[in-house]
Amino acid sequence: MAKAECTPKWNTLALRNRKTCPTPEKSFQTTFTPVSKDKNSQTAGHLAGGDTQSSNGPSGQFLARESIESPSKVLLMLVAGLSFSTRLYMITEPPHVCWDETHFGKMGSYYINRTFFFDVHPPLGKMLIGLAGYMSGYDGTFPFIKPGDKYENQNYWGMRGFCATLGSFLPIFAYLIVLELSNSCTAAIIAATLLIFDTGCITISQYILLDPILMFFIMAAVLSMVKFNQQRYRSFSASWWLWLVLTGINLAGALGVKFVGLFVIILVGRNTIWDLWRLLGDMSLSLVDIAKHFLARAFALILLPLILYVTIFAVHFVVLNKSGPGDGFFSSAFQSRLIGNNLHNASMPEYLAFGSTVTIKNLRIAGGYLHSHWHLYPEGVGARQQQVTAYLHKDYNNLWVVHRQQDNNSQSGNPDLVRHGDIVRLEHKETTRNLHSHLHEAPLTKKHFQVTGYGINGTGDANDLWQVEVCGGQKGDPVKVLRSKVRFLHRATGCVLYSSGKTLPKWGWEQIEVTCSPYLKETPSSQWNIEDHINPKLPNISLSVLKPNFLEILLESHIVMFRGNSGLKPKDNEMNSKPWHWPINYQGLRFSGVNATEYRVYLLGNPVVWWINLASLGLYLTMVAVASIATQRGFSLGQQRIEHSLVLVRGGGLLMLGWLLHYAPFFTMGRILYFHHYFPAMLFSSMLTGLTLDILFRSADLLLHPPYSYWFQRAGQLLLLFSILYSFYLFHPLSYGMTGPLAHEPGSAMADLKWMDSWEF
Amino acid sequence: MLQLPLVVTAQVDLLLVLVSLLAFWTRLSHLNYPNAVVFDEVYYGQFVSLYMKRVFFIDDSGPPLGHMILAFGAYLGGFDGNFMWNRIGAEYPSTVNVWSLRLLPAFCGALCVPLVYLLTLELKFSHLSALGAAVLLLLENSLIVQSRFMLLESVLIFFVLLAFFSYLRFHNAPSSSWSRYSWLILSGVSCGAAVGVKYMGLFSYLLLLVVASLHTWKLIGDKTISHMNVCVQSVHRVLCLVVVPVLLYVFWFYVHLSFLNRSGPHDQLMSSAFQASLQGGLSRITRGQPLEVAYGSQVTLRSSVSQPIPCWLHSHKVNYPIRYDNGRGSSHQQQVTCYPFKDVNNWWIIKDPGRQQLVVDTPPRPVRHGDVIQLVHGMTSRFLNSHDVAAPMSPHTQEVSGYIDFNVSMPAQNLWRVDISNREAESEVWKTILSEVRLIHVNTSAVLKLSGVSLPDWGFRQLEVVADKLFKAHSSSLEWTVEEHRYGTSQEQKEREAELHSPTHIDVDRKISFWAKFVELQWKMLTVKQEESEHKYSSSPLEWITMETNIAYWLHSSTNAQIHLIGNPVSWGVANLSLLAYQLLAVVYLLRRRRGLKDVPDGVWDQFVCLGCVCVGGWLVNFVPFLLMDKTLFLYHYLPALCYLYLLSPALLEHAHTHLLSSVTHQRALCVGALAVLLSIFLTYRTFCPLTYGSPELSAHQLQGLKWRDTWDILYRRR
Repeated sequence: MAKAECTPKWNTLALRNRKTCPTPEKSFQTTFTPVSKDKNSQTAGHLAGGDTQSSNGPSGQFLARESIESPSKVLLMLVAGLSFSTRLYMITEPPHVCWDETHFGKMGSYYINRTFFFDVHPPLGKMLIGLAGYMSGYDGTFPFIKPGDKYENQNYWGMRGFCATLGSFLPIFAYLIVLELSNSCTAAIIAATLLIFDTGCITISQYILLDPILMFFIMAAVLSMVKFNQQRYRSFSASWWLWLVLTGINLAGALGVKFVGLFVIILVGRNTIWDLWRLLGDMSLSLVDIAKHFLARAFALILLPLILYVTIFAVHFVVLNKSGPGDGFFSSAFQSRLIGNNLHNASMPEYLAFGSTVTIKNLRIAGGYLHSHWHLYPEGVGARQQQVTAYLHKDYNNLWVVHRQQDNNSQSGNPDLVRHGDIVRLEHKETTRNLHSHLHEAPLTKKHFQVTGYGINGTGDANDLWQVEVCGGQKGDPVKVLRSKVRFLHRATGCVLYSSGKTLPKWGWEQIEVTCSPYLKETPSSQWNIEDHINPKLPNISLSVLKPNFLEILLESHIVMFRGNSGLKPKDNEMNSKPWHWPINYQGLRFSGVNATEYRVYLLGNPVVWWINLASLGLYLTMVAVASIATQRGFSLGQQRIEHSLVLVRGGGLLMLGWLLHYAPFFTMGRILYFHHYFPAMLFSSMLTGLTLDILFRSADLLLHPPYSYWFQRAGQLLLLFSILYSFYLFHPLSYGMTGPLAHEPGSAMADLKWMDSWEF
Repeated sequence: MLQLPLVVTAQVDLLLVLVSLLAFWTRLSHLNYPNAVVFDEVYYGQFVSLYMKRVFFIDDSGPPLGHMILAFGAYLGGFDGNFMWNRIGAEYPSTVNVWSLRLLPAFCGALCVPLVYLLTLELKFSHLSALGAAVLLLLENSLIVQSRFMLLESVLIFFVLLAFFSYLRFHNAPSSSWSRYSWLILSGVSCGAAVGVKYMGLFSYLLLLVVASLHTWKLIGDKTISHMNVCVQSVHRVLCLVVVPVLLYVFWFYVHLSFLNRSGPHDQLMSSAFQASLQGGLSRITRGQPLEVAYGSQVTLRSSVSQPIPCWLHSHKVNYPIRYDNGRGSSHQQQVTCYPFKDVNNWWIIKDPGRQQLVVDTPPRPVRHGDVIQLVHGMTSRFLNSHDVAAPMSPHTQEVSGYIDFNVSMPAQNLWRVDISNREAESEVWKTILSEVRLIHVNTSAVLKLSGVSLPDWGFRQLEVVADKLFKAHSSSLEWTVEEHRYGTSQEQKEREAELHSPTHIDVDRKISFWAKFVELQWKMLTVKQEESEHKYSSSPLEWITMETNIAYWLHSSTNAQIHLIGNPVSWGVANLSLLAYQLLAVVYLLRRRRGLKDVPDGVWDQFVCLGCVCVGGWLVNFVPFLLMDKTLFLYHYLPALCYLYLLSPALLEHAHTHLLSSVTHQRALCVGALAVLLSIFLTYRTFCPLTYGSPELSAHQLQGLKWRDTWDILYRRR
């Protein structure tokens, strides 16, 4: 069934297109050819299709393909030229750090300096930025402290240029994808035009950000997938393999930049399953053939990306071998790999003893060190005693001294070991306060008890006593440094020392809450290990046995990333961008500059483009509904209509799914969201618009008679082109920078352009 | 002409009657034991009490129908709402009719059993399968426990099953009969009820819609039916399955809102207009206020932000400190803050900048959108002022003060333009309570805003008010409403102070429409975030499948008698097994059919697919959403999903029996196996009965014997 439909369709369209795209200049207006001619070519196509089906990979088809490419090549050059010129224009402006460049530029520098850091995204994007910087002569010394810092004479253009170059490929890819899906130059050129002249796409491509890199890989993956689909009658040929492997590589790239790449993997996965299902129903293929198909795809789309993805991480860990700002997020074992970290090649006493000075790390990944400082809990938050928190960075305030219940002085001779079941008092080294808990509710987790620092210089009360318990241990077992999981049970209330993972408000310096939990379930949140251990009276042993293997590192870094991602919760006072804001272009992002005197760049889509996209989504759904009900009811449609509805359902369906996959999941996300998260979805939406509007214009002959319908089609295309160009002319200062008064003040260049109150330029 | 003999032929399915009776017996016997608050009764009970007293409340856990059903049961028993639901285990006094409180959920829970029987028949499986499904449900301890108390799961399950049953009844009926549309309407009504009880019902409703649209799609493709007929049938379905449930859903809120007309503990979450529509509370204060704000009006201005607490624009005779802690300077003028309590210092007088007088003219000159006004603080007579001085806590915004002229060339900038942001919905005239107003500072075009930060000790920890130049378009921190209002009559300061201290009066009626209230309440219910709470018995969805967890519902105050939510482990295993088996079988069938090997005839295949759509689909939509939820979850959330699996198991067994096993011996073996499983289900049910019904009391040793899993938490009382 599927086969009978597909083969002729391809040939028909190919042949028709040869006629309809005669010259590049005209093609935008003259895609239309009189119906009678079309009919001829269709019958021809049918015949050709019938032939090719039997010979499975014929040369005639190949010729047809060649011929559509030559005229569209000129168009492609035009698209490429416009795309590169709009993205690379004024690339070095403004000469200061803009928005998230402060993060990604900094991380690029870390690669050049080989310093270990932590980020919530996988490393490929930042590695490429680092590489681009390295190649263009940037030495990694610029600190990227905050947005607005002047670059002075640093070579930052290389990193920006790299991102912009990748961003420039987006319209080109869109052009090629839509051309493949619809076989209409007009549709392709509409999609490309929308993207070239969208101020949002330009702005987001021009800075040192992950998004252009991510979108490059997403679009490249979709393009290779679509190209691969067209190779279906030449299975296992060189080009078939080429596109298949390219798809796999790009998938790995997309996932390697941001986890958003997962959505395009789902898109490709669905396509592949559908493809395999089609093959399974093809009775001319033997089961062995199908198995071959299956294995080829499994290799190229699962195994290959996985290997590449793991390789990216391997490179990441090999390159970053120096201790840096990200150490504290990782477990003690992980840190022992990093040069400069105090656990690297460390040696320390093996068993915990009374009188030792230690740091205590929570076992929840990215759980932090038990920490205290001179600040008190504010009024209204439990008792006004000294704060105890968990802190991710290394610091002298993480040091605690283990004491016996009573004596404070270190005894002579060999110190006693701390054993399972012993009662200890933990004294904070800097402030000499004891770790303390009592029946006040904890600051954030109201059902837990508050943990404070209490007493001074060894005085205290019965609430300062904790029982040490080695998980899985028995009474009398000693506590091993780094390797034992320890719980601290509060003697007086029976609760267990716990790190909730919630971030305290400003008064707690946004460190992590530490509580005493009355629920005694064994979770990593209530388990701790002893990390640093200083006791001059005990012999040191080397701890090189600790070094984790690569798989453990990989797993741990992923858990830390996911934790970090879900930890990015919106703050109370911050205005949070909501997913429904995005398609209506409700509110942009300030990239640079706030005041009238500053050089301002504002990330906002070209409203005309975005609203056309939004309208086209509705239009597409209506058209598909009408077309499929007509088919289902069995109305007799002309050959041309059947083709149109096939393009709508197949090609459009793919793009629609892409849009949904890149948009809908954000509604369920609890993390903080930004406007720029919509851009991958926007690419799909623009391609869908190209395809939809093209078919809408061509269907004008449903209502109008031939000459008029032809005029209508032309007028529609011209109007579309004109409105996109004119709106770009109006809004281009958003991308290329504006100075002078804000738009709502008199005398601004953007005076009448503040069409929505929520825009802030 | 009457013909004799007079004959009545009635067909009674004795099996159905039998399982129904057993169901009623297991669910309804000894319903008033234990005579104490059990588990979540403590939560729902407070709402039942509020219903009895007709006091308004918001519960974000679900729409109001569920609470209404529970309240109806209480009403039948003559419950007067006077019981403090403060802890689990508290004894009910003799005045509370416990039986009637628990009756309706138990009744619904009992009806689920015959419904499953009928539903299996509608899925076109045999009476034996139907009996099997009914027995599985009948002997499921967790369902019994959940039905026997004042909880909502059994009601939800009942409506969901009823919706599916009546829809399939409609679908299976011959298309000529018109009476089948009554089944369709019943289906729509039960969908509306299911969504009205708990939001989880929404997912089952969506599944039903998907099934119905698939059927409709087939109908559209049926070329033997005329276009007209297709249109009519489709419209009917849309009416019954979309319009009816939506209308019903709104109707529950209508009843809810018209029933609860007294003010209560949740008032302050709602807007002033909403509060004013309730008896008592704000409406007692604001009743009889003049509607239109005029020059000379005395008003209190409430910020539209109700998080973390509602507050009113306030000033007092204390100035900003000359230098803040961090060394920045201030204007040292009088503080303006937002104060969360009613206070005489919350009164402001609206003054026309062009005139001196502070009394209202006759007739009053109302203030309109775009007018420029001055605001005079009632007690201190300072003008509300803002200027280019950084605010104390948010230095990127302007300070707002009560103007004091220190003669330091800092002129007064006390003109404010009135911008009524909901003027399309209301009117151009500034109205008490109804209008949401922004005050725009004329000199700097900054907007008066509640920053939400609390001031340090010098500001008595009240909330900071600033004027912000860069503002987001629709932020409720910019909006202010007039809450208390009266026309000023005294020009002299002393008299005015006396006037401000006196309560307000005068009489005008005002109402907000039902739709406005509905939208506001629904929005608040969906957005009010309850604090994420940890619970001793909370669990994660993946633990439910293997029943790693239980919930202790009740423990006798002195003995070991206790009630737990623990499912029947054998049935639980059967359910999981059949889920796996179905998926495996479906994959094999699908792959083989794709290669042209038809293992079963098309009719049987359709039946098999339909079974999967309803049962496996139902399980998916009732389970998967929990994986994505951030809430505190409990084992009882899994019960709706579980019911679908109980529906699946016997049907799948029958399918295997008739179509997979060819030899008679195999078939017999299967039957024997099924019987053995049923028997063991019954025995397990008996074993866990003491934990289900709370009696008889077990010894600690016996209890230990019931702890089949290490992770279960069963309570032993030390003696």
